[in-house]
Amino acid sequence: MTTTSPITGAGPGASDPASTEPGGPARRRRAYSRTRVGPLTYVAMTVISLIFILPLLWMLLTTFKTESDARSIPIRVMPSEWTLRAYRLIFDDAANPVYTWLINSLVVSVLHMVLNVVVAAMAAYALSRMTFRGRNLLFGTLIATLFMPGFIFFMPNYLTMSKLGWLDSYWALVVPGAAGAFGVFFLRQFFLAIPRELEESALIDGANSWTIFTRIMLPLSKPALVTLAVLSFLGAWNDFVWPVFVLFSPDRMTLAPGLATLYGAYTTDYPVVMAGATLAAIPVLILYVVVQRYVIEGVANSGLKG
Amino acid sequence: MSGRITGLAGPVRSPLRHHHPVTPYLFVAPYVVLLLTFLVGPAVFGVWMSLHNWDFMLPGKPWVGLQNYRDLFDSSSVLFHPFWNGMKNTFLFVLMSVPFLVAIPLGLALLLNRKFRGRTFFRAVVFTPFVLGVAVVGLVFGYLFDPEVGLVNGILDGVGLPKVSWLSTQPQAWITITVMTIWWTIGFNAVIFLAGLQGLPEQLYEAAELDGAGRWSQFRHVTVPGLRNVFLFVVTTTILASANLFGQPYILTKGGPGDSTTTAIMAMTNEGLRGFRMGSAAAMSYVLALALAIISVANFLIMRERKPS
Repeated sequence: MTTTSPITGAGPGASDPASTEPGGPARRRRAYSRTRVGPLTYVAMTVISLIFILPLLWMLLTTFKTESDARSIPIRVMPSEWTLRAYRLIFDDAANPVYTWLINSLVVSVLHMVLNVVVAAMAAYALSRMTFRGRNLLFGTLIATLFMPGFIFFMPNYLTMSKLGWLDSYWALVVPGAAGAFGVFFLRQFFLAIPRELEESALIDGANSWTIFTRIMLPLSKPALVTLAVLSFLGAWNDFVWPVFVLFSPDRMTLAPGLATLYGAYTTDYPVVMAGATLAAIPVLILYVVVQRYVIEGVANSGLKG
Repeated sequence: MSGRITGLAGPVRSPLRHHHPVTPYLFVAPYVVLLLTFLVGPAVFGVWMSLHNWDFMLPGKPWVGLQNYRDLFDSSSVLFHPFWNGMKNTFLFVLMSVPFLVAIPLGLALLLNRKFRGRTFFRAVVFTPFVLGVAVVGLVFGYLFDPEVGLVNGILDGVGLPKVSWLSTQPQAWITITVMTIWWTIGFNAVIFLAGLQGLPEQLYEAAELDGAGRWSQFRHVTVPGLRNVFLFVVTTTILASANLFGQPYILTKGGPGDSTTTAIMAMTNEGLRGFRMGSAAAMSYVLALALAIISVANFLIMRERKPS
């Protein structure tokens, strides 16, 4: 359990030495002891951060090593010679076309993201702003599906994919996931919090529902839309179980199931295996760096609803 | 547009009737089509499948009534061992992983809840592995825990300890899978706990401190009760996530050694999506879903009953 001790060591018990008892009444009023930290917090946070960062650096560093460097015991940290062999190897491997998988993953994830956000936003708008027969039934059904585990849909949806001719195609990864209720629920909550005044003045100016939706609601909801877009993209990019079973051809695979076959094919040629992992990690890490705040706040909000 | 009519009533009194009666249906139609095709329809149709000998490869799919369900509970059936082995392993993993996946993120969240420069950065770092997929993390841990050339055994070897076969013996294989899962997902729960902590009113701590409550008693009597709903959410979602275990053993151990890390989802997909006996696989999925529903409800009742002391 390499990860547990430093972290639990930094829990509530270990916070005592980091912040002494309040010095006096004046200080007590300004800041509470639980919010003041000493150098020990930084030491703990640095150690914890390294636990999260080092495996990823190790992955990246390995991609530039020769196979024998990556297999060296005692461990050789830096490459004896820097090489791009691993990246070239997967470029030429017809059975494991990692760069094709990269493109496939990008296409699938972007299409899924667009479909999911557009469909969810439209439904959420109607659910939050209009009264219509069947609204409560729809909302109730939607909430009920949130409680159903995804695996109960595998068998029937596999059959549907086969009937639609979607097995071994992009569509199997793009479309079914967009039925998920999370996006509708998430955007509906956001729309409900937007005051109606702007829409009402637009109505007086003669705007129709579609105009209000696209010109007023969507621009006002940018943060929520970005959050949902990023979460949908990540969901499609990282989806594993479903693509493992609905994709078969090497050139139709996405990165997630593809990496499992790459690992099977190269077992101990770790620079190649790590190069595949790196190609799959880089796009989402870049995305994460750019929109980190949206991702984390989206997740944090999903918890507060519970 | 029916704006004219509602204009008479005034926008304040009936703000929801500014549209043509068909408009809302047009807005929800695309989603409703998806919902019916890929969630509602399948949820019902899956039950129908489970009542048949539904072989994907064969033209005939004879009705068998509850036979698929009876087979799951009949120890002489060929389904019995794979299914209950998967259930047992899944349950084992839930027991092993959930305490860590709740306790460590809570500790991290308490640490990150203190006001210091760079906390947003540290929060982002802690969350980073979660944005990676199970495949990437699985490959990285497959290398780190490689019995011959992995970094972990390299370090053990370097300090004169014997190498450990992390993937092909038990309980080491479970330890590896659990460690990987912890590294990969604790950021998620940490962020949720942190949001919960930030929602606790400062005045409660102030009052507790004036009453002479120490750090532990503040934690015990302010933080824990204040986070009750967050705890319920985290524990429930973590149990469900752990019960869905698939990718980590699929990549790291292929379900082995033996079938000791073959999970319930693996048993189900082996039956239905590899063996194409989808009727029995559908039956497995509903039994597993029912078991999870019972656990979730029990968890809800247990955590709800505890009143703040």
